[in-house]
Amino acid sequence: MDMRVNIAGVEWNNPVTVASGTFGSGAEFADFVDLNRLGAVTTKGVANIPWQGNPTPRVAETYSGMMNAVGLQNPGIDLFCERDIPFLRKYDTKIIVNVCGKSTEDYCEVVERLADEDVDMLEINISCPNVKEGGIAFGQNPRAAEDITKAVKKYAKQPVIMKLSPNVTSIAEMARAVEAGGADAVSLINTLTGMKIDINRKTFVLANKTGGVSGPAIHPIAVRMVYEAANAVNVPVIGMGGIASAEDAIEMILAGASAVSVGTANFYNPAVTMEVADGIESYMKRNGFESVSDMVGLVR
Amino acid sequence: MARWKTDKNMKNQRTGDEGGCPASPVEKQETGENRMTKQKEQAVVASQEQLADGIFSMWIQTEAAETAVPGQFISMYTNDGSKLLPRPISICEIDRENGRLRVVYRVTGQNTGTEMFSKMKAGDVIPLIGPLGNGFPVEKAAGKKAFLMGGGIGVPPILELARQMQCEKKQIVVGYRDAQTFLKKEFEENGEVYISTEDGSVGTKGNVMDAIRENALEADIIYACGPTPMLRAIKQFAEKNNIVCYLSLEERMACGIGACLACVCKSKEKDHHSNVNNKRICKDGPVFLSTEVEI
Repeated sequence: MDMRVNIAGVEWNNPVTVASGTFGSGAEFADFVDLNRLGAVTTKGVANIPWQGNPTPRVAETYSGMMNAVGLQNPGIDLFCERDIPFLRKYDTKIIVNVCGKSTEDYCEVVERLADEDVDMLEINISCPNVKEGGIAFGQNPRAAEDITKAVKKYAKQPVIMKLSPNVTSIAEMARAVEAGGADAVSLINTLTGMKIDINRKTFVLANKTGGVSGPAIHPIAVRMVYEAANAVNVPVIGMGGIASAEDAIEMILAGASAVSVGTANFYNPAVTMEVADGIESYMKRNGFESVSDMVGLVR
Repeated sequence: MARWKTDKNMKNQRTGDEGGCPASPVEKQETGENRMTKQKEQAVVASQEQLADGIFSMWIQTEAAETAVPGQFISMYTNDGSKLLPRPISICEIDRENGRLRVVYRVTGQNTGTEMFSKMKAGDVIPLIGPLGNGFPVEKAAGKKAFLMGGGIGVPPILELARQMQCEKKQIVVGYRDAQTFLKKEFEENGEVYISTEDGSVGTKGNVMDAIRENALEADIIYACGPTPMLRAIKQFAEKNNIVCYLSLEERMACGIGACLACVCKSKEKDHHSNVNNKRICKDGPVFLSTEVEI
């Protein structure tokens, strides 16, 4: 039985990675998780320069989920390359660097800077709902998404994964747009924009007013969107959104995801990624699947 | 005169005193070997009692007691699958010998996680991760006159600090809303106790700073935990008088282990980890030198 998956020419040991922003660069989780058991580590988004992020409160709990508006706080690409890549490289896992920016130039600068770094894939975040400029500005318009994909592909030496927003009318159209722009893979879904109000203080719970909703509450929405995207494009889909167990991950794979990312569940079950990988393996045994690819998109 | 309210609407659960583990996970290593040393624990409630309106005390049988120090916290989880995130609760007492920790916490409302905790009974399983964060540097008080200051639901962590502190003069200054001065007896067994109440029913009417003034107290080191307006006043007082001051901060958090970057506070200098003027309260704190942070 083969747990390996090939995502845009990069072979992962298993189909499990983490959703950007929920795992730092892995260091904080290394006490709880054997990083060698992840197919890939997807890092917290990194920009060309350090970003301060949003004011606090940055998070709130919601029913079977949470909201965040961290605002892509990050240390900037220089410190990231110096500290985080060497740390992750010690492990037998692939490195996917999530890239954020406020303009096309910002994204391209980071992608170009990473061209000679020892990382395996790039994930371009055009879907963060929590920063005013950039991010989502590219992720809600098919033309803008295609253009930014083309732009970063000019500088990228590693396969490019475009991370899509669910806050769109047609996820299929967005997936097709980035595929047309040259994306080597797509990942989805990022968080759904939400709002929570503190009725005692009579104001917004989050300083940013709105935030991205994540966690098990959004899983059915994510499965539907993964299904629609996977049926719209030929490039691999990395499925995420509320995965908290192997069963949740298998749903995504059967819907069309070639790999899966665990996000919010890391916050309340730090060892969840290993449980998901083990659970996929035992499901494959029980159901007689020889390889992960045999399961991908089986439900049509 | 600084005044602050610890009204019911204030975020008074210690939702921010989450923290990183004392053994830093970013330490250098040669190989990427598995070094899993921590996990979510299925701890057990040893006992529970109500101390005041909305204030509960729980003793927990937990491995976290082995290494916990005053000022650290534990991430406590409900058994309700719709409430995902941990509640960071500061440690009130450590009984290492019997492997138990005490938490004293406030129920923040109906159908909240803390309300669920308050209904738990001896023998119930309570999932937790801890101890987390960096505690108070208790040894720095040696030979000094110290203030140990707590306000509202920031009072409990001051108890274990008081129990462990060896210093020349241990002045415990604690502020409450009213006459429900929970933990007062335990404080009196561990130092000189000065109390302030918002309604003036016990001790000084006002806040902990008012109690210091009224009693003409002096110190050359301060340890404090409480609502942000209180900590802000203490920080100003300490810095004006050149007193070394350690503050335990709070903020809403998600992971509690330094990954999600939810619970940041502003730092005076650029932080080496974040590379911006932000520190993670959970991992780099919750206890900070007052001059390190801007609140």
